[in-house]
Order: sequence, then C-alpha cells, then structure tokens
Amino acid sequence: MQTRLQEMKDAALGQISQVTESAQLQELRVKYLGKKGELTELLRGMGSLSAEERPLVGQLVNEVREALESAFSGKQQQLEEAALNAKLTSQTVDVTLPGRPVPAGSMHPLSRIIEEIEDIFVGLGFEVAEGPEVEMDHFNFEMLNLPKDHPARDMQDTFYVTDEILLRTHTSPVQARTMLKKEGKTPVKIICPGKVFRRDDDDATHSHQFTQIEGLVIDKNIGMSDLKGILLTFARQMFGENQQVRLRPSFFPFTEPSAEVDLQCFNCGGHGCRVCKQTGWIEILGSGMVHPRVLEMAGYNPEEVSGFAFGMGVERIAMLKYGVEDIRHFYTNDVRFLRQFNRE
Amino acid sequence: MKVSYQWLSEYVDLSDCTPQELAEKLTRSGVEVDAVESRNAGVSGCVIGYVKERSKHPDADRLNVCIVDAGQEQDLQIVCGAPNVDKGQKVIVALIGAKLPGGLNIKRSKLRGVESQGMICSAKELGLNDKLLAKDQQEGIMVLPEDAEIGMDAVSYLGLDDSILELGLTPNRSDCLSMLGVAYEVGAILGKEVLLPQIDLVESDEQNPLRVKIDASAECYQYHGRHFKNAKIASSPQWMKNRLMAAGVRPINNVVDVTNYVLLEYGQPLHAFDAGQVADRSIIVRLAQEGETLVTLDDQERKLDAQTLLITDPTKGLAIAGVMGGANSEITGETTEIILEAAWFTPKTVRRTARSLGMRTEGCVRWEKGVDQKRVQEAGERAASLIQKLSGATISKGIASAVEKEPQAAVVSVTLAKINQHLGTSMVASEVSPIFDRLQFPYETANDSWTVTVPTRRGDVTLPEDLVEEVARLYGYDNIPTSLPSGVTSQGFLTPEQQLRRTIRRHLIGVGLNEAISYALLHPDRVEDAAGLHQEQVKPVALLMPMSEERSVLRTSLIPSLLETIAYNKNRQNHDVGIFELGRVFLSTEETLTQLPEERLYVGGAVTGQWIPQNWMGAKQAVDFYQAKGIVDSLLARLGIQNVQYKAVSDLKGTHPGRTAEVWAQELRLGYVGQTHPGTEKAYDLNETYVFQLDVAKLVEAATGMGFYNKLPKFPAVTRDLALVVDRTVPAGALEATIREAAGELLESVTLFDVYTGERIALDKKSMAFALVLRNAERTLQDEEIQQVTNAVIEALKVNTGAELRM
Repeated sequence: MQTRLQEMKDAALGQISQVTESAQLQELRVKYLGKKGELTELLRGMGSLSAEERPLVGQLVNEVREALESAFSGKQQQLEEAALNAKLTSQTVDVTLPGRPVPAGSMHPLSRIIEEIEDIFVGLGFEVAEGPEVEMDHFNFEMLNLPKDHPARDMQDTFYVTDEILLRTHTSPVQARTMLKKEGKTPVKIICPGKVFRRDDDDATHSHQFTQIEGLVIDKNIGMSDLKGILLTFARQMFGENQQVRLRPSFFPFTEPSAEVDLQCFNCGGHGCRVCKQTGWIEILGSGMVHPRVLEMAGYNPEEVSGFAFGMGVERIAMLKYGVEDIRHFYTNDVRFLRQFNRE
Repeated sequence: MKVSYQWLSEYVDLSDCTPQELAEKLTRSGVEVDAVESRNAGVSGCVIGYVKERSKHPDADRLNVCIVDAGQEQDLQIVCGAPNVDKGQKVIVALIGAKLPGGLNIKRSKLRGVESQGMICSAKELGLNDKLLAKDQQEGIMVLPEDAEIGMDAVSYLGLDDSILELGLTPNRSDCLSMLGVAYEVGAILGKEVLLPQIDLVESDEQNPLRVKIDASAECYQYHGRHFKNAKIASSPQWMKNRLMAAGVRPINNVVDVTNYVLLEYGQPLHAFDAGQVADRSIIVRLAQEGETLVTLDDQERKLDAQTLLITDPTKGLAIAGVMGGANSEITGETTEIILEAAWFTPKTVRRTARSLGMRTEGCVRWEKGVDQKRVQEAGERAASLIQKLSGATISKGIASAVEKEPQAAVVSVTLAKINQHLGTSMVASEVSPIFDRLQFPYETANDSWTVTVPTRRGDVTLPEDLVEEVARLYGYDNIPTSLPSGVTSQGFLTPEQQLRRTIRRHLIGVGLNEAISYALLHPDRVEDAAGLHQEQVKPVALLMPMSEERSVLRTSLIPSLLETIAYNKNRQNHDVGIFELGRVFLSTEETLTQLPEERLYVGGAVTGQWIPQNWMGAKQAVDFYQAKGIVDSLLARLGIQNVQYKAVSDLKGTHPGRTAEVWAQELRLGYVGQTHPGTEKAYDLNETYVFQLDVAKLVEAATGMGFYNKLPKFPAVTRDLALVVDRTVPAGALEATIREAAGELLESVTLFDVYTGERIALDKKSMAFALVLRNAERTLQDEEIQQVTNAVIEALKVNTGAELRM
C-alpha cells in the first residue's frame, strides 16, 4: 500500500510538471484528488489494514495529499502568471504615438504683461482704477494742464468725435477722475491699465490703438526719491533682481519735474547691444512729480500734498520682453502668434 | 534743432568736451540729443584746385581733359565728364588716394586712353545734401568762389570737420531752438561762461526814412525796422553757407542767409523787404481784411481772413506776419535798398494763421513756441551788422521802432525746504545758489529762500516747481536718493469684478480658446454686420477725422472684430481657429454726442474649422453649435450662474435663424450663442463659424461663485432610463423641464444620452433617451416610490409634450 502511494505520488507529480494548460491541470486534480480520484480510492482500501499500520499509512496519505495540492497550486500560479504575461504582451501599445489632442488656449501677450504689472503694484498697495476709452476733452487735456492752445497738444494726434469728446490719447485722464472721486482724501495709490488711441498710421512701430499703464501716488510728503524707489521695486520684480533705473529730465505738461525712466537693457544686461543701441539702457517709462496745477484742479492743495505719476507702453514692454518686431501682431491676432503665448 | 559743434564752440569753450561727451551731458540734464553725426560722410584727400586749361578729349565727345593746379608739385591732368567744367574755375579735386563717400577710392587711371590723375568733384560726390545746395550746384561739378585758396583741404573748406548734434526738444525747451539758447544750457551744464556775438555796425549820416506803426497791439507787441542802402546781393561766403547747411538750411543770398543765420543764432525770425517796393517807406502792422489776398514768396495767392496779422505799407500787404513774405517785396538780385524787420508777434496769432494756411516754416516753429521778447532788437542789430559785412550796405541812422508792450520777466520764489521735500533730497543752500548762478538766473537769497528773476529766454519757468526742476536736473537726477513712500500703508486689491474678468479669461483659455485683442474702430459698414447685446436703437459713434474709412466708427458689438480676425487667419491658411476677446463696445443713441457713450464690457468668442484636429485615431471633430454652446455652458458653470436657459432666436442680425439662442439666467439676458449667418460668412469669406457674446456686467450680476458644498450622499441612488418618442419639433429643453418639474425633489439629475431619428421610427418623430438619477438623502428609496415618480414623469411628458415611451 505504501508502495502504491509512493508510486501514485511520483506519477502525479510527474504529470503535473508536464501540464501547460489550466484545464489539463483541473483534469489531473480530479483524477488524483477528486471524490472519485485515485487517492480517495486508495483511502477506501485503508479498512483492510491492521491497527498498527493504519496511522502510519494515514500519515503517509496526508503527506501525499499535501504534496499534490502544493504541486497543483504551484502549477496553477505558474500557469496564471504565464497567461497574464501573454495577455500583457498582447496589450502592448506604441508609446511613441501622439496622445489624444486636448485643445490648449493662450493668453494675449498684452494681457499677460498687464496682469503681471497689476499683480506687482497690488502687492505694493495699489488699486486698479479704470476710466472710459471715449473721454471728455476736459479730462484728457484740460485737467492735465493742457489748455486748448497748449503747444504740446497737437490736434493732429487726437481722434475727436466732437469738439469736446475724443478717444483718450493716454490713460492719464483716469488720474484726474480718480482724484476728483477721492475728494481730496489721501493716500491715492492707483494704477490704470487701458486702451488709448492716437492718429498714427499703422506700421511696424506705430499703432492707432495701443495700451498704457498709468500709475499715481498722492500723499503727504511724497518726493521724487519715492518715485525712484517705487519704480526700482517694480523694475526688479518685473525684470529681475539686479535691475537698475535711471532717470533723465524730460517734459510732460502734467508733471514737474518730469523724468524719462530707463531700465538696464534686459537683452544684454547693460553691456550694450543692438536692442539698446549700444547704450545699455532702454527707455520704458515717462514719469514725474504731479504738477501743482493738476493737483489744484483735482481738489488737492499742492502746499499740503504732493505726488508722482508714471506711465508706460504695454506694447513696448511686450515687444522687448518677447522680441516682437511688429506692433501690428498684437492686433491682427494671427493664431500662430497667439498660440505661442501658452506657457506660464 | 541741428546744432553744429564747431559753431557752438564759438559761444562756449568746448575744448575739454567731445561732441559725444557733450551729447551725453545734454541728454542727462534734460535736452535730449537724438543723434550725433559727423558732417563728413567719408571725404579725405580732396583739395581746392584751379582749372588752368580745358580741352576736348580726343576720343570722347562728352569728356574734357583739364590741367589743374591743386597746389601739388606738378599740375594734374584730369579727365572730367561734367559739362559745366571750364577754364578759370576753382573746383574741388580728389587727388590720387583720395576717399569719397560710398567707398569710392580715387586711383590713377586712363579714360579712353588719356591719363587722369584724380577727379573733379560734384557736391553730391562729396556727400553734401542735395536739398541744401543752391540750384546751380545740384548738377555738374561744384564751382567755388574765386577767393577759394588753392591747395586748401576741402574738408575744412566745406566745414565737414564738424559734428551735428540733433536735439529732440520737448515743447517746453523752445529756448534751445537757437544756438545761443543751447549755449546757455551748455554753459550751465559745464559751468562755463557764454560769449555773446559781437555786434559792430556803422551807421551813415543819413536818417532812417522808415516809419513804423502798429495797428494790432494785441497781436504785435514790438516792431523794429532797419534801413539799408547800396547793398550788393550776392551769394554768401563759404563759412556762412557751411553753417546754414550744417543746420539744414539752404543758402540763397547774402541778405536772406543773414536772416536765416540770425534765426538760428538767436531764435528770432526776421524778414527783409526790398525797400524800393515799400510805398512811402512806411510799415503798418494790422489785421487783414476778410477776403484780402496776398501772393506769397512761393508764388501762391493766399486768401486771408480777418484774424490774419499782416505787414503792410499804406497801399498793400507786404507779408503775412511771422509766416511768409510777399512776392511783391522779395529780395532779388537787383535789390539795393533793404528794410529789415525784427518784431514780436504773439504765438497764438502765428500758430493760427500758419495752421489755416497749412504752412510751417522754421520761423513758424519758433513763433509758436515763443520768441524771447527781450532779444528782438538785439537780434535785429546782429543781423544788420552781418548784412553790412556781407553785402557792403550802408545803414541809415537810427532804428524805426514801435513798442506796444514791454516784456516782463517772471519773478519766482522757492525755499530750500520745498526743494528738499519735492525731491527727497537733503541739499544745503550752498549747493542750490551755484546752480542758479550757472543758469545765469539772477536771484536774491535770504533764510534758505531764493527769489529768482527768470530771464525771458526761459519762458517755461513760471512756478516754484519749475525752479525745483532746474535745480534737480543740474544737481543730477542720479544724485536724488531712492526711498519708498512713508505714509499710511494702503491695501492693494482687485475689485470682485476685476477678479471675475480674470476668471473669465482663464476659463476660456483653459477650454482651449486663444485670447485676441482687436481694434475698437471699424468700417461703418461692418459695425452693423452682427448683433450686439443692446436693446435700444443706437447710433454708431463716428470720428470727425478718421485716418481711413476702415477705422472710423466705434464698435457696438465684438462679433465683427472677431469675424475680421477669423477672416485674417483664413487668409493665412489658419482654418482651425478658436478665439475670444474681452473688450468694450460703445453705445449711444445720440446723432451728435453731447455726453459720453455708454461703454460696456463684453466677452465674445468665435470658433471655426476643426475643434479636435485630424489625428491618427481619425476622430477629428468640426465645430458646431453645440461646441460653442458647450463653451458658454462651462463658463456659466464656472461663474456659478444658475437656472440658465437657452431660447431659440431667429431674428438676431448676422446670425443663422435656426441655429442661434439667447442665453438667459432667470430675468437676465446674458447674451447669445449661434452660427454666423451664411450671408455674413460669405461677406467675410469665412467657413462655418460659431460665435458667442455675453455682457460681463450681467455675468457679474448673475454669478454666485462658490458657496457651501453639498454633503456627500449616504444612501444609494437609483437610475431609470426613459426612451421617449416625440414630434421632431419638440425641443429637448421642454422634455427636460417637464421631467424636472414632475420628478420633484427625488430627482438628483437628468441626462439626455441619446437622440435618434431614422427609419426605425416615424418620419416626423424623434427618439430621445434620458437617464434619471433618483435619490432620497434620508433613506434608501423604495420600489413603490421609484415607480410613482417614474409614472408621474411619463404622465406629465405625455400631457405636456405628447411624448410616448418607446417600446
């Protein structure tokens, strides 16, 4: 009996190791371990054994059963793994094929610059003020110390709608409107981004419609050194840690003293290149201390408060920053141009 | 203003300052120098020569063979092609080895077999500006006056060893429209003395016969007349020509050149009359009569109005004051007796007249910006002395003058405290006073305060702040410290509306649109092409003087701009385009504006072509109504706008009558979405294009933003699918609304998941399948409840829409 058990075990193990398919394995399991299987058959013969033999054979039977079951489950696992591997192999994709397209939008370069500048000045405690694009002559010129016969006020530059109504030529009227609204209260700290219009023929460097950002600070004890400080802070946040600003005397009817503001060329870092015409500096802003007449007209006493104002052209900054050579690109909206501004 | 460095150095010592250094210093202290250019365009090795002989070239009709004494060891044989070359002329010779502008190098050569040892030059070949040459010098070789010195270097003879500083003057610094004004500025910057021109004229015994009268004292404050006899009109000496040309002025004759020279030197426009043409030797300054005419120097008959200031004699007009002389009294070659005018007209008068006649001379520019009233007579005397020197004229005794108003110098005070407060500096008085000294501003000072008498040449300085600026720019803007405002800290922020605009922009970018910014000005025909969102009858706002019709009217809708953009892209083979714009439209009901138009901020979008481009999976996807609607849906959802309804609309200008919907949020009409009308598509040459336009103010009003979240459900949901058959005309929205209404609170969501028309159902019917998700937040739903709801829905659908369950 023991010999038969041993023979059966060897035969079964041999067959299991040969199996390649799950169904075959199942058949073998039934054949050996099933209710009518060989092992069960052998157990039935246990009754004819002596009392001494029985426990020994019983133990042996259990050992054989365990060995077979372990072999069956081992084989089963082996077969499943092989099947899974085969399935995975058959599921392989070409990872170099393009992914499913997802439409990707882009922010207009002028919006990018405006938002960036807004964020910097909001961080410096400024509010964002707005005003109409179609303006009264009164706010666009007269409130800014440009009376009707002022030489700096060239009718030829302005789109008039009537004698008194025009398309604003700069964002400065927002200054005047904001000051009037504040009714003499301080501090005033605003920036005003917006569209402006001039009678220019459109070409690579001129556009009859363009964008400005204006800034205004009114408070007690504001000096030109504060203008320098604010602009330096702005320049460093916008154009880099090591930026320098340079002020040059200039003239605007609504500021006195007035200054043009140069930044270090961001193309060459101030060493001199084609972009900065070898000077190392790039003119980027107009600025100055608010003219006493402008303060007076807007209801502030120039003996008690002072302030500064500055303005910059958004297109110019975008052109320098992104190397855009033709200002018309900003308004013709060729999608091949727009789509390039899709990165943060 | 073009400033000759050589000329300027006559008034200020520039020996330790190169033209480039000077330019930098001027720019840094407020007078911007746009460019520094050498007058020499590349001339070297050229000298003055004398043509001793001229003979015809043996083998070439058009060539001459000249023997030239150029101060060299031997006379030179030079072949010359200019028809005007002749024996006895002084000319400019490019010697062997000479260089000329444009990279021309002169070598020994043979022309048709005859040796040529150099070249006789034309003015053009020497790089002189054609426009500034006298007529007789524009063609052929340049013939010099007899007194030109043989062998002299042509560069110094023509004054080419000079640099020109081109000033880009701001409107306040018209004082620098004169050499002397620039000299005062340079003197202040360098801390050097200014040397004024010598005025040394000799009067004859004969009394000045001229009488002067001003009949327009509001327009003319002073008028001075000098009288000359025995003048010989000729061309000016070379030094004068050189300086005029350096400044960009064409030499004409010695008298006219002097008036131009002094114009440049003093900034004072002058005028010379042929005295023989002035009746009674009497000048009357008066306003013109309406319709009076005068033929000006350019031979044009000018019709004048009653505001034009005229210089006249008792019988006729002689000149339009400050603008242009009359042809009747022009200086000609025959003129011997001259009247020289030095006067002061108000800027307003000259500006107005120059504008109305469309004339803008060098003189006008200066009049408009204001001429120094205190130097009128001095400039006249300077010119008189030069006319005498150059034309040999005798000057009659005395000046005929009429003065209506004496100039007043402005007196302005400023304190040290004001200066330091305004600049943020900590200067002391001993730093400020020297600045006023350098500017040659006379002042009195006491207790850290200055009372300055501003010279009349600096009419721009009228306020304490103007003095602060003068101090600042000479102190150096670089020396002003850097600080930050020291007042109360203010809070910076974006308003909710400004933030919402950014949300809209970011959302539309996120769904795949490209942001565009277009022109607010349109062609008048285009404005009406597509509906706006206004309900009132608006009149498009038009410009008085547009640059072109293309850009002459302000938009009332964003759609035409967007369609132009789509068309622009189509022309560049960009067929798949999705764009949006956040921009204002301008609405007014007035024919002629008396108040500002209303400006509304809209967001508009346009999509055309393939939304999903062709790809290897083959599933390209063209845009359609539902693409555009989906974009609008997602935006409204992002803004938390609830109860959105789309209402079919068939009469919106520029849109497809069957594919357009108005977008409503309860009572608010937010905007519309739809296909562009095929007619409009054709007009713009577009492929199928879908647009949307929404009023941002209304979006702000309807937006709810983020509130409390909805608790996650604890009990399971049940889904019931209903396949319905209805008439084709019944809109999905009606079915959905009925379902919502009938299902009541237990309905969590309803989703349309299939629409079918085709052979398996009747021709006038469609099948629509909805998935209803039902849930009770408090407990698990019972079968009876579900059945009840479903039955109610089916019943309501049948009653309201005629829908039947599809079997």
